[in-house]
This record gives sequence, structure tokens and C-alpha cells, in this order.
Amino acid sequence: MSSWFVALFGGVLIGLSATGLLLFNGRIAGISGIVNGLTRRSSGAEWAWRAAFITGLVGAGGLTMHLLHQATASPARLPVLLLAGALVGFGTSLGGGCTSGHGVCGLGRFSLRSLVAVLTFMACAIVTVLLTHHVFGGAA
Amino acid sequence: MKAAFAALLCGALFGVGLAIARMTDPLVVIGFLDVFGDFDPTLAFVLIGATMTTAVAFHFVTQRARPIVAAEFQLPATRMIDLPLVLGAAIFGVGWGLAGYCPGPALVGAGAGTLTALLFLPAMIVGSIAHRLVAARFSGRKKSPEILGSQS
Repeated sequence: MSSWFVALFGGVLIGLSATGLLLFNGRIAGISGIVNGLTRRSSGAEWAWRAAFITGLVGAGGLTMHLLHQATASPARLPVLLLAGALVGFGTSLGGGCTSGHGVCGLGRFSLRSLVAVLTFMACAIVTVLLTHHVFGGAA
Repeated sequence: MKAAFAALLCGALFGVGLAIARMTDPLVVIGFLDVFGDFDPTLAFVLIGATMTTAVAFHFVTQRARPIVAAEFQLPATRMIDLPLVLGAAIFGVGWGLAGYCPGPALVGAGAGTLTALLFLPAMIVGSIAHRLVAARFSGRKKSPEILGSQS
């Protein structure tokens, strides 16, 4: 199978997962929001579905990576990696979503707010890669 | 209990999808973002597959009176396009481009035991808590709830 077809299939699975969470739990599958909800005080049931979703994601996703012999690491060096993590955490909390919440779910709901977010983070990520890989040379 | 089980299965499907789509590989992600260099279109197909699915399926799901194992749909209420939205997305984009990880793939990578994902993840959680502390302070002083952003 060609790689674009596999990518499309993987994307459909992600879309079906988001559909399942909305159909069964009535919630938006925004990973940053689900994780953020785990680090704040909430009711037991509220905490439980979030923890269950993340457990499934980490367990089944990690297992699939092993089965497919994927072990690719980020090319970023340690200080850059930690800075990137902090920026992703801060930015998704401030902007109310990430690739899944604003991207997969928000665009699926035809939300203009999410479209603005997606175009903004795509543009900023593209400029960041341009600067770190071409303008200032060498991988970050 | 039923709700948690449904969420577990949905989370598992999400993780399998991310790994099959190779969105868990930061080099594929950076390749997609590298439009002025060695562009790799793989991720475009992932995003097309995912959003086409939700665009069709969400339409039917939201016509139901209520979800199957929850009392009501909880959809983001805010439609405002404001500074926190754009600033937050911009900050997230810079971090995404630097490491090639967004929250989902970082979690899956950590599940596979990838060292860079295991290092990225605590920094990400610290970043989100830092925002919440800053936002709480800000709203306490200026009574400006919109800086809090909404969680989707």
C-alpha cells in the first residue's frame, strides 16, 4: 500500500475515534484539553473518562508503534525539546486546543474559531521549521 | 463506568490511528512543515482523512438528542476569535515546529518508551499549568475571563 493511503486510513481512524467520543460521551476529542482536565480538581466521573481515554491512547498507540517498529525520536536537542514542550503546553492551554481539538474536531464542526487557530499554528510551525532548518542552518 | 470504558476504546482507536498515520514520528511532522525544503505531504492525508470523517459523522451524531452514555453533549460554547486564541495557537505552533510533537503524538511516543517524548511530556504539562497560574492571576487583577481561554 502506498504511504499516502496508509496516512489517509490512519486519519480516518482518528476521525472515527473523535466521532465515537462525541457519540458515546458527548465530548470533543481534544487531547490537550483532556490532559489539562486531569491536572485540575474535578469530580470522579469527569476525571475517570479523561484518564481512561489517555490510558487507551498511550497503551494502544505505544503498542502499535512497537508492532510497526517505529522508534523515531525528535531531532531536537534537550534544551530545545524542553522549551518546545513548555510552549506546546502553554499555547494549547491559552488557545484552547491543539491539532486534535481545533484541527480534527473543530474543522469537522466547521468552527471559524478553530479554522483561525489551525491556520495560525500551521503558519507559525512552518516559519519555525524554516528558521531552524534553513535560515539558521542545522536541526534545532 | 460505561462512560470510562467508551472513552478507553476511543482513546485506543485514536492512538492506533496516530501510529498508523505516522504522526507519531516527529521527522514526518517536521517534513510536512518543511514546505520550503524537503516537503513530505504524508500529514496532509492524515488531516484530510480525519477532518473529512468528522465533518460527515459529527453532522449525524449532533442530530441525536443526547450521547449514548452521557447526559448531554458538551461542545465548546465560545465562538470568539480573540487575542488568547491567536496568541495561544501561535505559541503552540512554534513549539510544534521545534520538536515535531503535538500533545497526542507525544503521549503515544511516551507510551512506546521513546525518550524524547518522555522528556517533552512533563515540560508540556508544566507549560499548561504555568498558563493556568498566569491566567488565574490575570483574571484576579483585571477581571478578564477571556484570557483564560476555553478547553476544547
